[in-house]
Amino acid sequence: MGQTSAEKIMSRIAGRTVSAGDFIEGCPDFTFSLDDGIGLVDRYFRLYGINKVRYPERIAVFFDHYAPADTPLHANIHGIGRVLCRRFGIDKLFEVGDGISHQVSIESGLVRPGQFVTNTDSHTITLGAVGAAGCGIGVAEMAYLWAHGVLWFQVPTALRVVINGRLTAGVYAKDLALTIVQRLSARGAIYQSIEYSGSVFDSLSISERMTLCNLGVEMGGKFAIAPIDAVTRAYYAHFSDQSVDDSTNADSDAHYAAHYQFDTAAVVPMVSSPHSVDNVAPVTDLPNTEIHQAFLGTCTNGRLDDLQAAAAVLKGKRIASGVRFIVTPASREVYKAAIETGALATLVDAGCVITTPGCGACAGIHQGVLAEGEACIASSSRNFLGRMGNKDARVFLGSPATVAASALTGRITDPRTILNAT
Amino acid sequence: MQIKAHVLRVGDDIDTDVIFPARYLSVLEPKEQARYAFEPYGESFQSRLTSSPAIVAGWNFGCGSSREHAVTCLMGLGIQLVVAKSFSRIFFRNAVNNGLAVVVCDLADRIQDDELISVNVAKGKADLAGGSFQFTPLAPPLLNILQHGGLWKTPRPSAGGQ
Repeated sequence: MGQTSAEKIMSRIAGRTVSAGDFIEGCPDFTFSLDDGIGLVDRYFRLYGINKVRYPERIAVFFDHYAPADTPLHANIHGIGRVLCRRFGIDKLFEVGDGISHQVSIESGLVRPGQFVTNTDSHTITLGAVGAAGCGIGVAEMAYLWAHGVLWFQVPTALRVVINGRLTAGVYAKDLALTIVQRLSARGAIYQSIEYSGSVFDSLSISERMTLCNLGVEMGGKFAIAPIDAVTRAYYAHFSDQSVDDSTNADSDAHYAAHYQFDTAAVVPMVSSPHSVDNVAPVTDLPNTEIHQAFLGTCTNGRLDDLQAAAAVLKGKRIASGVRFIVTPASREVYKAAIETGALATLVDAGCVITTPGCGACAGIHQGVLAEGEACIASSSRNFLGRMGNKDARVFLGSPATVAASALTGRITDPRTILNAT
Repeated sequence: MQIKAHVLRVGDDIDTDVIFPARYLSVLEPKEQARYAFEPYGESFQSRLTSSPAIVAGWNFGCGSSREHAVTCLMGLGIQLVVAKSFSRIFFRNAVNNGLAVVVCDLADRIQDDELISVNVAKGKADLAGGSFQFTPLAPPLLNILQHGGLWKTPRPSAGGQ
């Protein structure tokens, strides 16, 4: 019988043929450590007297959650991270302002198709956009991987999700992803590999695939993996990398626990309402929903095409009075490209404020915490109670165009009403 | 592993932003993390937590972020056991690898809030007011880690030199 993508990638890591349900020990191709967990890596090393790292070349450290440091405690943690990198010869340290780990590791070509990557961040699943298997782990596991170079994993069962068609004007990858979350629910893919295919991928960029795969963890997924195809090959050709092969794409006779099919013709702008990501409805079902803050950024939707989509809505206009619009590019490269293409100037002219590349306001740590009673429309991936720093605030999730359209009117708004009018 | 404890019942899809808000992630010691556990639910809920060493939940407990604090803050509070109909993957791993007993079992609809339960995690047996109940214990490699008190306390096999 054939294998799923997850079974193929984990078989290579295990050094033997494995199937769903098997336990393996192995070392990921890369393991990424972030500032919000690195203080605990240091704590485990002290606790257990570790003074050597097994594979420093497989580790990268990113400062993205506390960038730039907003409290002395966070500044100290950045200090701890810098010391650990120097002490253990870790040469891949991505500093304050470089950007979000998932974004930087794909845009730099560091992560390649078919690789297995762990990171102390649940949205590592985003790496499935390039046909890699990425998953979040805890910090005890991270420190253990640094020290011993191996960790236990279970090979997941898989879901086959086929999406056919092409996204229509004003409808984006985020709307497609939210449509899938609505159907499968927040627990529809727990500990499973979501394996995507279908004709939609012929016209879905790597950035759009990142948005799609990113939301996989909001259904409980371990991996969300897009097919390795002509789009993937063209992407790596930019790095003069012609060696992309598609051997980790799932076999046609692989075993799946369930099959789902979607047609893009039925997908419209969608919004997820408080306080769970699978509380999804068409934007038009939320008339007169007032917002106080709009937030554009994150590993879900903080890339150049996202900033451009927002700029297309806002061009020549001003955001509504009483609304603040925070834009956080996902990386320095995104920031630079948005300057070069003029998207950033359009956003600033419309009244947006631009912050340091990184995770920004998404997790409610800094750079855009909400006040009591406020509502925010965000391009991010989570709207749990208290998510953006205040349990008495509400977070709605939508596409970058929906975020921008809502900032214009002060109410949650279908972006097609703005785009069609211009 | 036999755990006898009073139960705090919670619902479905309890997420890690509720269990441990992200702005406290730089708090590293479990005893200090305990203060922030379930902060969005308010002080009366938090005080219930300190007197209920077992949490019994519905589906998808611990969904969301990978933050290990969501496990260690509960351990800092003295929580010994979490039973749920299902766990999010990362919370489940973090629990096993930190030595917090987790049981995947449909108890939520069989017991009352504050009821005293006795659970044998390794044998898959729960004694409730309404009688005994069997469940599938964790897979042997995971039970082994749990019984040693977590990943770091589990001896590494010496054969093979890996």
